[in-house]
Amino acid sequence: MKVETRKFVAKTGNEAAAFAMKQINPDVVAAYPITPSSEIVMIFSKYVADGEVDTEFIPVESEHSAISVCIGASASGARVITATSSQGLALMHEILYIASSMRLPIVMIVGNRALSGPLNIHCDHSDTMGSRDCGWIQMYCENANEVYHTIINAVRISEEANLPCMVMMDGFIVTHGMEKVFVLEDEEVKSFIGKRKPLYSLLDVEKPITLGSLTLFDYYLEYKRNQLEGVIKAKKIINDVFEEYRARFGINVPSFVEEYNIEDAEIVVVVMSSAAGTFKEVVDELRNKGEKVGVLRLKVMRPFPYEILREKLTNVKVVGVMDRAETFSTMGGPLSIELRAALYPLSKRPLVQSFVFGLGGREFGIEDAMKVFDILKDIGMKNKITEEYIYIGLRE
Amino acid sequence: MKLKTWKELEEGGVVRNTPTSPQYKTGDWRIKTPLFSESDCTHCLICFLYCPDSAIKVKLGKVIGIDLDYCKGCGICANVCPKGAISMKEEEI
Repeated sequence: MKVETRKFVAKTGNEAAAFAMKQINPDVVAAYPITPSSEIVMIFSKYVADGEVDTEFIPVESEHSAISVCIGASASGARVITATSSQGLALMHEILYIASSMRLPIVMIVGNRALSGPLNIHCDHSDTMGSRDCGWIQMYCENANEVYHTIINAVRISEEANLPCMVMMDGFIVTHGMEKVFVLEDEEVKSFIGKRKPLYSLLDVEKPITLGSLTLFDYYLEYKRNQLEGVIKAKKIINDVFEEYRARFGINVPSFVEEYNIEDAEIVVVVMSSAAGTFKEVVDELRNKGEKVGVLRLKVMRPFPYEILREKLTNVKVVGVMDRAETFSTMGGPLSIELRAALYPLSKRPLVQSFVFGLGGREFGIEDAMKVFDILKDIGMKNKITEEYIYIGLRE
Repeated sequence: MKLKTWKELEEGGVVRNTPTSPQYKTGDWRIKTPLFSESDCTHCLICFLYCPDSAIKVKLGKVIGIDLDYCKGCGICANVCPKGAISMKEEEI
């Protein structure tokens, strides 16, 4: 693998993200600090102060203002990056829809953290799962290395699709965990991302335009269908950009999903972000005992890659879906609901068991992952699901 | 007017060739119309200074009339005119 010859550095997820931002050298960064992603912009502001980037850095008074500044800057044609977490993302909520409906590329790095209440600063996916229907592209990364490469790809994807894009990593587990990160040279990043070609620019006085105009019952429906088309087309862009990146730099960063021993697997766990690493470890152990188990890590939640999930899971006997967020639907977390909906039209489909785990940063270890496989094996033997969904690691 | 289909809409809801403010004729809100009497006018231009919509037409320092495309009939001009050269008349429907 070419990757072995690459230079690598030791970086936390936040450091890797800030370093990617430095190499990208965005025109504008506007952000407000919030645990656990504060460090990203803190480190980046040092690059600004030291003159290592040309970025206009705008420290604002709230996340609502941060995303609003990003929208204004992006509408003028600038390349824009921001970062946030949890309550900060929640405060941006109303503006997130405006960014996507105005088709403005913005890259937002999110350190996933539980939403209040009760107040908590540790990892789960309730923050970004709450924003999954805002029309943004959402990519969940497993580790610091993937965060670094995904941010660089996200710039291209966001600007080619003319859609804002969130890049996620698990709060503290990845944001503050030191890992091996294979880095590109500054020039490689620069040539890969190129220059932004905006759809329009607010600053183009030769061609005045109206943006964000009132759209009532006569046009809103057409507008939304038009916006959906952009998200549908983004699938090909995501695929092509990552493919080009892998071919050019020899770095194996997945686009939509990462497959781990699923070719002949009878039992597959579908999981997102850092917990996939724990499951892979357990899969290795079980494979050594001859058990046909695998992991399918979902990276892109929006647009939802249902075609790939159908293809990969149709022949599997039992699927376990791991949700690190509660929806209070009383029938499972967001991923499990969407996954089951995706598989429903198949004539041959697996039994799907929903699990909720790791809320508010609850540790998820090898023995927990092993327990998930034990439950799935039991379902496989009985050929029946008895519980609607199961909380893992819960004190009963 | 024929409404556009979703495929005909521009991405991001951008509206091109948008009228700038002089192209928006806002005078049809009016319920009272100012009547300008040229014989009473001393061209002091107080009405011109007070008009919130720049609807007093002036040429070479002289008031030549009122631009009804933009006049909303607020009556400020009639009120400030020291010579009573502007009076307000109900719009006829």
